[in-house]
Amino acid sequence: MTTRSNFDRQLEALHLDLVQMGGMVQKAIEEGIRALMERDGDLAERVVAGDKAIDDMEQQIERTCLRLLMRQQPVARDFRSVFAALKMITDLERIADQAADIANLSHRFTGQELIGMVGHIPAMERVAREMVESSISAFVRQDLAAAQATIRRDDEMDALFGRVKDELIELLRSGAAGEAADQAIDVLMVAKYMERIGDHAVNVCEWVEYLVTGVHQSEELNEER
Amino acid sequence: MSNEAARTGGLGGISVRDLNLYYGESQALKNVNMDIYPNEITAFIGPSGCGKSTFLKTLNRMNDLVDGVKITGEVCIGGQNIYDPRVDVTLLRKAVGMVFQKPNPFPMSIYDNIAYGPRCHGIKGRRQLDAIVEESLRGAALWDEVKDRVKKSAMGLSGGQQQRLCIARALAVQPDILLMDEPTSALDPISTMKIEELMSSLKERYTVVIVTHNMQQASRISDRTAFFLLGEMVEYGETEQIFSMPRDKKTEEYITGRFG
Repeated sequence: MTTRSNFDRQLEALHLDLVQMGGMVQKAIEEGIRALMERDGDLAERVVAGDKAIDDMEQQIERTCLRLLMRQQPVARDFRSVFAALKMITDLERIADQAADIANLSHRFTGQELIGMVGHIPAMERVAREMVESSISAFVRQDLAAAQATIRRDDEMDALFGRVKDELIELLRSGAAGEAADQAIDVLMVAKYMERIGDHAVNVCEWVEYLVTGVHQSEELNEER
Repeated sequence: MSNEAARTGGLGGISVRDLNLYYGESQALKNVNMDIYPNEITAFIGPSGCGKSTFLKTLNRMNDLVDGVKITGEVCIGGQNIYDPRVDVTLLRKAVGMVFQKPNPFPMSIYDNIAYGPRCHGIKGRRQLDAIVEESLRGAALWDEVKDRVKKSAMGLSGGQQQRLCIARALAVQPDILLMDEPTSALDPISTMKIEELMSSLKERYTVVIVTHNMQQASRISDRTAFFLLGEMVEYGETEQIFSMPRDKKTEEYITGRFG
Protein backbone atom coordinates (compact mmCIF):
# COMPACT_ATOMS: atom_id res chain seq x y z
CA MET A 1 0.00 0.00 0.00
CA THR A 2 1.37 3.44 -0.92
CA THR A 3 0.74 6.42 1.32
CA ARG A 4 -1.98 7.54 -1.08
CA SER A 5 -3.60 4.26 -2.06
CA ASN A 6 -7.10 5.67 -1.60
CA PHE A 7 -6.39 8.58 -3.96
CA ASP A 8 -4.64 6.24 -6.41
CA ARG A 9 -7.73 4.01 -6.50
CA GLN A 10 -9.92 7.02 -7.27
CA LEU A 11 -7.54 8.10 -10.05
CA GLU A 12 -7.67 4.62 -11.54
CA ALA A 13 -11.47 4.67 -11.43
CA LEU A 14 -11.36 8.03 -13.22
CA HIS A 15 -9.17 6.50 -15.95
CA LEU A 16 -11.58 3.59 -16.35
CA ASP A 17 -14.47 6.04 -16.74
CA LEU A 18 -12.51 7.93 -19.39
CA VAL A 19 -11.79 4.71 -21.30
CA GLN A 20 -15.49 3.85 -21.10
CA MET A 21 -16.50 7.31 -22.35
CA GLY A 22 -13.93 6.99 -25.15
CA GLY A 23 -15.47 3.65 -26.14
CA MET A 24 -18.98 5.16 -26.21
CA VAL A 25 -17.73 8.03 -28.39
CA GLN A 26 -15.99 5.69 -30.85
CA LYS A 27 -19.16 3.62 -31.12
CA ALA A 28 -21.17 6.80 -31.86
CA ILE A 29 -18.75 7.75 -34.67
CA GLU A 30 -18.84 4.28 -36.18
CA GLU A 31 -22.62 3.93 -35.98
CA GLY A 32 -23.28 7.51 -37.15
CA ILE A 33 -21.33 6.86 -40.34
CA ARG A 34 -22.84 3.38 -40.79
CA ALA A 35 -26.32 4.88 -40.47
CA LEU A 36 -25.35 7.28 -43.27
CA MET A 37 -23.70 4.75 -45.57
CA GLU A 38 -26.45 2.16 -45.13
CA ARG A 39 -29.19 4.79 -44.89
CA ASP A 40 -30.36 3.03 -41.73
CA GLY A 41 -32.87 5.38 -40.06
CA ASP A 42 -33.29 3.21 -36.97
CA LEU A 43 -29.58 3.13 -36.28
CA ALA A 44 -29.42 6.92 -36.78
CA GLU A 45 -32.15 7.32 -34.15
CA ARG A 46 -30.24 5.14 -31.71
CA VAL A 47 -27.05 7.22 -32.19
CA VAL A 48 -28.95 10.44 -31.53
CA ALA A 49 -30.67 8.96 -28.47
CA GLY A 50 -27.36 7.54 -27.23
CA ASP A 51 -25.84 11.03 -27.01
CA LYS A 52 -27.64 11.53 -23.69
CA ALA A 53 -25.68 8.69 -22.08
CA ILE A 54 -22.42 10.32 -23.21
CA ASP A 55 -23.52 13.69 -21.80
CA ASP A 56 -24.32 11.94 -18.51
CA MET A 57 -20.91 10.27 -18.53
CA GLU A 58 -19.25 13.64 -19.07
CA GLN A 59 -21.08 15.07 -16.06
CA GLN A 60 -20.21 12.08 -13.92
CA ILE A 61 -16.49 12.39 -14.75
CA GLU A 62 -16.67 16.15 -14.22
CA ARG A 63 -18.09 15.60 -10.73
CA THR A 64 -15.37 13.04 -9.97
CA CYS A 65 -12.65 15.49 -11.08
CA LEU A 66 -14.10 18.35 -9.03
CA ARG A 67 -14.38 16.12 -5.99
CA LEU A 68 -10.76 14.99 -6.36
CA LEU A 69 -9.54 18.58 -6.77
CA MET A 70 -11.50 19.77 -3.78
CA ARG A 71 -10.94 16.91 -1.36
CA GLN A 72 -7.51 15.61 -2.33
CA GLN A 73 -5.95 18.93 -3.39
CA PRO A 74 -3.60 17.17 -5.78
CA VAL A 75 -0.35 18.75 -6.96
CA ALA A 76 2.24 18.03 -9.65
CA ARG A 77 1.40 14.99 -11.83
CA ASP A 78 -1.71 14.19 -9.79
CA PHE A 79 -3.05 17.68 -10.43
CA ARG A 80 -2.17 17.56 -14.12
CA SER A 81 -3.87 14.19 -14.47
CA VAL A 82 -7.17 15.36 -12.97
CA PHE A 83 -7.07 18.72 -14.75
CA ALA A 84 -6.29 17.10 -18.12
CA ALA A 85 -9.19 14.66 -17.63
CA LEU A 86 -11.49 17.59 -16.87
CA LYS A 87 -10.49 19.32 -20.11
CA MET A 88 -10.51 16.19 -22.27
CA ILE A 89 -14.09 15.21 -21.54
CA THR A 90 -15.30 18.45 -23.13
CA ASP A 91 -13.65 17.40 -26.38
CA LEU A 92 -15.03 13.87 -26.12
CA GLU A 93 -18.52 15.23 -25.56
CA ARG A 94 -18.21 17.50 -28.62
CA ILE A 95 -17.08 14.53 -30.72
CA ALA A 96 -20.22 12.65 -29.65
CA ASP A 97 -22.34 15.67 -30.60
CA GLN A 98 -20.80 15.63 -34.06
CA ALA A 99 -21.48 11.91 -34.43
CA ALA A 100 -25.12 12.64 -33.48
CA ASP A 101 -25.21 15.49 -36.01
CA ILE A 102 -24.02 13.10 -38.71
CA ALA A 103 -26.71 10.59 -37.68
CA ASN A 104 -29.30 13.37 -37.94
CA LEU A 105 -28.06 14.37 -41.38
CA SER A 106 -28.19 10.76 -42.55
CA HIS A 107 -32.02 10.95 -42.63
CA ARG A 108 -31.70 13.31 -45.62
CA PHE A 109 -30.02 10.54 -47.60
CA THR A 110 -32.91 8.09 -47.14
CA GLY A 111 -33.81 6.37 -50.38
CA GLN A 112 -31.07 8.14 -52.33
CA GLU A 113 -28.18 6.80 -54.34
CA LEU A 114 -24.98 8.12 -52.78
CA ILE A 115 -22.73 10.40 -54.84
CA GLY A 116 -19.20 9.15 -55.52
CA MET A 117 -17.10 11.10 -53.02
CA VAL A 118 -19.10 9.66 -50.12
CA GLY A 119 -16.67 6.79 -50.63
CA HIS A 120 -14.01 8.77 -48.72
CA ILE A 121 -16.23 9.07 -45.64
CA PRO A 122 -15.60 5.55 -44.25
CA ALA A 123 -11.85 6.23 -44.48
CA MET A 124 -12.37 9.44 -42.50
CA GLU A 125 -14.47 7.52 -40.00
CA ARG A 126 -11.69 4.96 -39.50
CA VAL A 127 -9.03 7.65 -38.95
CA ALA A 128 -11.32 9.57 -36.56
CA ARG A 129 -12.14 6.50 -34.51
CA GLU A 130 -8.51 5.41 -34.31
CA MET A 131 -7.42 8.92 -33.30
CA VAL A 132 -9.97 8.98 -30.48
CA GLU A 133 -8.95 5.52 -29.31
CA SER A 134 -5.22 6.23 -29.36
CA SER A 135 -5.63 9.63 -27.67
CA ILE A 136 -7.44 8.10 -24.68
CA SER A 137 -5.00 5.23 -24.51
CA ALA A 138 -2.08 7.71 -24.62
CA PHE A 139 -3.65 9.53 -21.66
CA VAL A 140 -4.12 6.43 -19.55
CA ARG A 141 -0.58 5.19 -20.31
CA GLN A 142 0.85 8.75 -20.06
CA ASP A 143 2.51 8.03 -23.40
CA LEU A 144 3.89 11.22 -24.96
CA ALA A 145 5.13 9.52 -28.16
CA ALA A 146 1.71 7.96 -28.79
CA ALA A 147 0.00 11.33 -28.25
CA GLN A 148 2.36 13.01 -30.71
CA ALA A 149 1.89 10.24 -33.27
CA THR A 150 -1.87 10.73 -32.97
CA ILE A 151 -1.51 14.48 -33.47
CA ARG A 152 0.42 13.80 -36.69
CA ARG A 153 -2.46 11.64 -37.97
CA ASP A 154 -4.57 14.77 -38.16
CA ASP A 155 -2.71 15.56 -41.42
CA GLU A 156 -4.21 12.37 -42.85
CA MET A 157 -7.65 13.56 -41.80
CA ASP A 158 -7.12 17.03 -43.27
CA ALA A 159 -5.92 15.50 -46.55
CA LEU A 160 -9.06 13.34 -46.75
CA PHE A 161 -11.24 16.39 -46.07
CA GLY A 162 -9.38 18.33 -48.77
CA ARG A 163 -9.98 15.55 -51.25
CA VAL A 164 -13.73 15.38 -50.49
CA LYS A 165 -13.98 19.16 -50.79
CA ASP A 166 -12.12 19.28 -54.10
CA GLU A 167 -14.25 16.51 -55.57
CA LEU A 168 -17.44 18.25 -54.42
CA ILE A 169 -16.33 21.53 -56.00
CA GLU A 170 -15.61 19.62 -59.19
CA LEU A 171 -19.08 18.05 -59.06
CA LEU A 172 -20.83 21.38 -58.54
CA ARG A 173 -18.79 23.07 -61.26
CA SER A 174 -19.70 20.33 -63.67
CA GLY A 175 -23.30 21.46 -63.31
CA ALA A 176 -24.67 19.01 -60.77
CA ALA A 177 -28.17 19.98 -59.75
CA GLY A 178 -31.17 18.70 -57.83
CA GLU A 179 -30.62 15.76 -55.49
CA ALA A 180 -26.89 15.47 -56.28
CA ALA A 181 -26.26 19.15 -55.47
CA ASP A 182 -28.22 18.89 -52.20
CA GLN A 183 -26.31 15.77 -51.27
CA ALA A 184 -23.00 17.49 -52.09
CA ILE A 185 -23.67 20.11 -49.41
CA ASP A 186 -24.65 17.45 -46.87
CA VAL A 187 -21.57 15.37 -47.66
CA LEU A 188 -19.41 18.45 -47.17
CA MET A 189 -21.01 18.91 -43.74
CA VAL A 190 -20.34 15.28 -42.81
CA ALA A 191 -16.72 15.56 -43.97
CA LYS A 192 -16.34 18.76 -41.98
CA TYR A 193 -17.73 17.05 -38.86
CA MET A 194 -15.19 14.25 -39.29
CA GLU A 195 -12.40 16.74 -39.77
CA ARG A 196 -13.47 18.52 -36.55
CA ILE A 197 -13.51 15.19 -34.71
CA GLY A 198 -9.84 14.86 -35.69
CA ASP A 199 -9.19 18.34 -34.23
CA HIS A 200 -10.88 17.36 -30.94
CA ALA A 201 -8.74 14.20 -30.76
CA VAL A 202 -5.70 16.48 -31.25
CA ASN A 203 -6.93 18.61 -28.32
CA VAL A 204 -7.13 15.47 -26.18
CA CYS A 205 -3.54 14.61 -27.16
CA GLU A 206 -2.38 18.11 -26.26
CA TRP A 207 -3.73 17.50 -22.75
CA VAL A 208 -1.72 14.26 -22.70
CA GLU A 209 1.36 16.37 -23.58
CA TYR A 210 0.49 18.67 -20.67
CA LEU A 211 0.07 15.70 -18.35
CA VAL A 212 3.51 14.33 -19.25
CA THR A 213 5.53 17.53 -19.80
CA GLY A 214 3.69 20.09 -17.67
CA VAL A 215 3.42 22.39 -20.68
CA HIS A 216 0.32 22.84 -22.80
CA GLN A 217 0.43 23.75 -26.48
CA SER A 218 -1.31 27.08 -25.77
CA GLU A 219 1.45 28.06 -23.28
CA GLU A 220 4.14 27.29 -25.85
CA LEU A 221 2.35 29.54 -28.32
CA ASN A 222 2.08 32.28 -25.69
CA GLU A 223 5.78 32.04 -24.93
CA GLU A 224 6.66 32.37 -28.60
CA ARG A 225 4.68 35.61 -28.89
CA MET B 1 27.36 43.71 10.48
CA SER B 2 25.51 47.00 10.17
CA ASN B 3 21.96 47.33 8.97
CA GLU B 4 23.34 49.54 6.25
CA ALA B 5 25.59 46.72 5.06
CA ALA B 6 22.65 44.35 4.93
CA ARG B 7 20.57 46.83 2.96
CA THR B 8 23.16 47.74 0.42
CA GLY B 9 24.27 45.43 -2.33
CA GLY B 10 22.12 42.43 -1.46
CA LEU B 11 19.07 44.51 -0.46
CA GLY B 12 17.81 41.69 1.71
CA GLY B 13 19.04 38.96 -0.60
CA ILE B 14 20.92 35.99 0.82
CA SER B 15 23.58 34.05 -1.00
CA VAL B 16 24.55 30.65 0.41
CA ARG B 17 27.66 28.85 -0.86
CA ASP B 18 28.88 25.32 -0.07
CA LEU B 19 27.24 25.32 3.34
CA ASN B 20 27.86 22.26 5.51
CA LEU B 21 26.72 21.86 9.10
CA TYR B 22 27.72 19.14 11.54
CA TYR B 23 26.27 18.32 14.95
CA GLY B 24 29.33 16.53 16.32
CA GLU B 25 29.94 13.61 13.95
CA SER B 26 26.61 13.81 12.24
CA GLN B 27 26.24 15.99 9.15
CA ALA B 28 22.91 17.84 9.15
CA LEU B 29 23.42 20.01 6.04
CA LYS B 30 25.30 18.87 2.97
CA ASN B 31 26.80 21.37 0.59
CA VAL B 32 23.81 23.70 0.29
CA ASN B 33 24.01 26.38 -2.41
CA MET B 34 21.19 28.81 -2.98
CA ASP B 35 20.28 32.42 -3.58
CA ILE B 36 17.33 33.82 -1.67
CA TYR B 37 15.86 36.81 -3.44
CA PRO B 38 14.91 40.09 -1.78
CA ASN B 39 11.24 41.02 -1.35
CA GLU B 40 10.10 37.50 -1.99
CA ILE B 41 8.74 34.74 0.21
CA THR B 42 10.92 31.66 0.03
CA ALA B 43 9.53 28.44 1.53
CA PHE B 44 11.55 25.48 2.78
CA ILE B 45 9.72 22.16 2.72
CA GLY B 46 10.72 18.60 3.52
CA PRO B 47 10.06 15.78 5.98
CA SER B 48 10.91 16.09 9.66
CA GLY B 49 14.64 15.90 10.24
CA CYS B 50 15.57 16.92 6.68
CA GLY B 51 17.56 19.94 7.85
CA LYS B 52 15.22 22.73 6.75
CA SER B 53 14.90 24.33 10.21
CA THR B 54 18.61 23.87 10.82
CA PHE B 55 19.28 25.63 7.54
CA LEU B 56 16.87 28.46 8.41
CA LYS B 57 18.77 28.99 11.66
CA THR B 58 22.11 29.23 9.85
CA LEU B 59 20.76 32.38 8.18
CA ASN B 60 21.03 34.37 11.41
CA ARG B 61 23.52 32.15 13.24
CA MET B 62 21.01 30.79 15.73
CA ASN B 63 22.94 27.51 15.54
CA ASP B 64 25.86 29.24 17.26
CA LEU B 65 23.93 28.55 20.44
CA VAL B 66 24.02 24.76 19.91
CA ASP B 67 26.89 22.84 21.50
CA GLY B 68 29.21 20.93 19.18
CA VAL B 69 28.02 22.60 16.02
CA LYS B 70 30.49 23.08 13.17
CA ILE B 71 29.67 25.10 10.07
CA THR B 72 31.66 25.47 6.86
CA GLY B 73 30.85 27.52 3.78
CA GLU B 74 29.43 30.99 3.39
CA VAL B 75 26.17 32.80 3.98
CA CYS B 76 26.40 36.28 2.44
CA ILE B 77 23.93 39.01 3.28
CA GLY B 78 24.48 42.45 1.82
CA GLY B 79 27.72 41.18 0.33
CA GLN B 80 29.14 40.15 3.71
CA ASN B 81 29.74 36.61 4.95
CA ILE B 82 27.84 36.45 8.23
CA TYR B 83 30.21 33.73 9.48
CA ASP B 84 33.12 36.15 9.30
CA PRO B 85 34.49 36.31 12.88
CA ARG B 86 34.32 40.12 12.79
CA VAL B 87 30.52 40.08 12.40
CA ASP B 88 28.57 41.40 15.39
CA VAL B 89 25.98 38.68 15.92
CA THR B 90 23.63 41.01 17.82
CA LEU B 91 23.51 43.36 14.86
CA LEU B 92 23.12 40.40 12.50
CA ARG B 93 20.05 39.22 14.43
CA LYS B 94 18.68 42.74 14.34
CA ALA B 95 18.90 42.66 10.55
CA VAL B 96 17.66 39.07 10.30
CA GLY B 97 14.71 38.60 12.65
CA MET B 98 13.14 35.31 13.58
CA VAL B 99 9.64 34.09 14.44
CA PHE B 100 9.23 30.64 15.94
CA GLN B 101 6.70 27.85 15.72
CA LYS B 102 5.14 28.54 19.11
CA PRO B 103 4.33 32.16 19.88
CA ASN B 104 6.71 33.19 22.66
CA PRO B 105 5.67 36.62 23.97
CA PHE B 106 7.62 37.87 26.98
CA PRO B 107 5.56 37.92 30.20
CA MET B 108 5.13 41.67 30.08
CA SER B 109 2.82 44.18 28.43
CA ILE B 110 2.16 44.27 24.70
CA TYR B 111 3.95 47.63 24.61
CA ASP B 112 7.02 46.39 26.42
CA ASN B 113 7.24 43.30 24.23
CA ILE B 114 7.58 45.52 21.17
CA ALA B 115 9.76 48.16 22.85
CA TYR B 116 12.16 45.52 24.24
CA GLY B 117 14.32 45.24 21.12
CA PRO B 118 14.58 48.96 20.36
CA ARG B 119 15.41 49.65 24.04
CA CYS B 120 18.20 47.04 23.88
CA HIS B 121 19.55 48.92 20.87
CA GLY B 122 19.58 52.16 22.87
CA ILE B 123 16.30 53.83 21.95
CA LYS B 124 14.90 55.41 25.12
CA GLY B 125 12.74 58.34 24.00
CA ARG B 126 9.11 57.87 24.90
CA ARG B 127 7.74 59.42 21.73
CA GLN B 128 10.07 57.47 19.52
CA LEU B 129 9.17 54.21 21.28
CA ASP B 130 5.45 55.00 21.01
CA ALA B 131 5.89 55.50 17.29
CA ILE B 132 7.86 52.26 16.87
CA VAL B 133 5.28 50.28 18.87
CA GLU B 134 2.40 51.61 16.80
CA GLU B 135 4.20 51.17 13.49
CA SER B 136 5.29 47.63 14.36
CA LEU B 137 1.81 46.61 15.51
CA ARG B 138 0.32 48.12 12.36
CA GLY B 139 2.94 46.31 10.28
CA ALA B 140 1.90 43.03 11.89
CA ALA B 141 -1.82 43.78 11.35
CA LEU B 142 -2.45 43.78 15.10
CA TRP B 143 -2.81 47.49 15.94
CA ASP B 144 -6.56 47.75 15.50
CA GLU B 145 -7.14 44.76 17.77
CA VAL B 146 -4.89 45.88 20.65
CA LYS B 147 -4.56 49.67 20.45
CA ASP B 148 -6.77 50.15 23.53
CA ARG B 149 -4.85 47.68 25.68
CA VAL B 150 -1.18 47.96 24.79
CA LYS B 151 -0.31 48.27 28.46
CA LYS B 152 -2.05 44.98 29.26
CA SER B 153 -0.17 41.69 29.44
CA ALA B 154 0.67 40.04 26.13
CA MET B 155 -0.17 36.71 27.71
CA GLY B 156 -3.88 37.58 27.48
CA LEU B 157 -3.80 37.60 23.68
CA SER B 158 -5.07 34.66 21.61
CA GLY B 159 -2.52 32.34 19.99
CA GLY B 160 -2.88 34.01 16.61
CA GLN B 161 -2.56 37.48 18.16
CA GLN B 162 0.51 36.35 20.13
CA GLN B 163 2.14 35.17 16.93
CA ARG B 164 1.44 38.50 15.24
CA LEU B 165 2.85 40.19 18.33
CA CYS B 166 6.04 38.16 17.85
CA ILE B 167 6.14 39.32 14.22
CA ALA B 168 5.62 42.92 15.40
CA ARG B 169 8.43 42.44 17.91
CA ALA B 170 10.71 41.27 15.12
CA LEU B 171 9.70 44.26 12.95
CA ALA B 172 10.38 46.73 15.78
CA VAL B 173 14.15 46.53 15.28
CA GLN B 174 13.76 47.25 11.55
CA PRO B 175 15.12 44.04 10.08
CA ASP B 176 15.71 43.39 6.38
CA ILE B 177 14.96 39.71 6.55
CA LEU B 178 12.35 37.75 8.51
CA LEU B 179 12.88 34.05 9.18
CA MET B 180 9.79 32.11 10.18
CA ASP B 181 9.97 28.57 11.51
CA GLU B 182 6.53 26.96 11.02
CA PRO B 183 4.86 30.16 12.22
CA THR B 184 1.29 28.90 11.86
CA SER B 185 1.55 25.24 12.87
CA ALA B 186 0.06 25.98 16.31
CA LEU B 187 -2.71 28.23 14.96
CA ASP B 188 -6.30 27.73 13.87
CA PRO B 189 -7.23 28.24 10.19
CA ILE B 190 -8.44 31.85 10.61
CA SER B 191 -5.30 32.92 12.48
CA THR B 192 -3.25 31.03 9.88
CA MET B 193 -4.91 32.96 7.06
CA LYS B 194 -4.27 36.26 8.86
CA ILE B 195 -0.57 35.42 9.19
CA GLU B 196 -0.42 34.34 5.54
CA GLU B 197 -2.07 37.60 4.44
CA LEU B 198 0.38 39.45 6.63
CA MET B 199 3.37 37.64 5.10
CA SER B 200 2.23 38.59 1.62
CA SER B 201 2.17 42.25 2.63
CA LEU B 202 5.45 42.01 4.55
CA LYS B 203 7.38 40.93 1.49
CA GLU B 204 6.95 44.38 -0.01
CA ARG B 205 9.39 45.64 2.64
CA TYR B 206 11.19 42.55 3.83
CA THR B 207 12.64 39.31 2.57
CA VAL B 208 10.66 36.47 4.12
CA VAL B 209 11.90 32.92 4.55
CA ILE B 210 9.50 30.36 5.96
CA VAL B 211 9.78 26.72 7.00
CA THR B 212 6.46 24.95 6.67
CA HIS B 213 5.06 21.42 6.78
CA ASN B 214 1.92 22.66 5.11
CA MET B 215 2.26 22.09 1.35
CA GLN B 216 -0.80 24.21 0.57
CA GLN B 217 0.68 27.04 2.59
CA ALA B 218 3.95 26.92 0.66
CA SER B 219 1.96 26.79 -2.55
CA ARG B 220 -0.34 29.65 -1.54
CA ILE B 221 2.14 32.21 -0.30
CA SER B 222 5.69 31.57 -1.46
CA ASP B 223 7.40 32.81 -4.61
CA ARG B 224 10.07 30.13 -4.51
CA THR B 225 10.23 26.77 -2.80
CA ALA B 226 13.19 24.64 -1.78
CA PHE B 227 12.77 20.94 -1.02
CA PHE B 228 15.17 19.43 1.51
CA LEU B 229 15.83 15.76 2.15
CA LEU B 230 18.43 14.17 4.43
CA GLY B 231 20.35 17.42 4.75
CA GLU B 232 20.50 18.10 1.03
CA MET B 233 18.63 20.68 -0.96
CA VAL B 234 17.11 18.42 -3.60
CA GLU B 235 15.30 21.04 -5.66
CA TYR B 236 14.79 24.79 -5.58
CA GLY B 237 12.66 26.71 -8.02
CA GLU B 238 9.69 28.96 -8.55
CA THR B 239 6.81 27.69 -6.44
CA GLU B 240 4.51 27.28 -9.41
CA GLN B 241 7.07 25.08 -11.14
CA ILE B 242 7.75 23.01 -8.01
CA PHE B 243 4.06 22.30 -7.43
CA SER B 244 3.07 21.79 -11.06
CA MET B 245 6.11 20.16 -12.62
CA PRO B 246 8.87 19.30 -10.14
CA ARG B 247 12.06 18.23 -11.87
CA ASP B 248 13.19 15.73 -9.28
CA LYS B 249 11.34 12.48 -8.68
CA LYS B 250 11.93 12.76 -4.92
CA THR B 251 10.29 16.21 -4.86
CA GLU B 252 7.33 14.82 -6.77
CA GLU B 253 6.98 11.90 -4.38
CA TYR B 254 7.13 14.17 -1.35
CA ILE B 255 4.65 16.82 -2.48
CA THR B 256 2.17 14.29 -3.83
CA GLY B 257 2.28 12.38 -0.54
CA ARG B 258 3.88 9.24 -1.99
CA PHE B 259 7.04 9.57 -0.01
CA GLY B 260 8.79 6.56 1.47
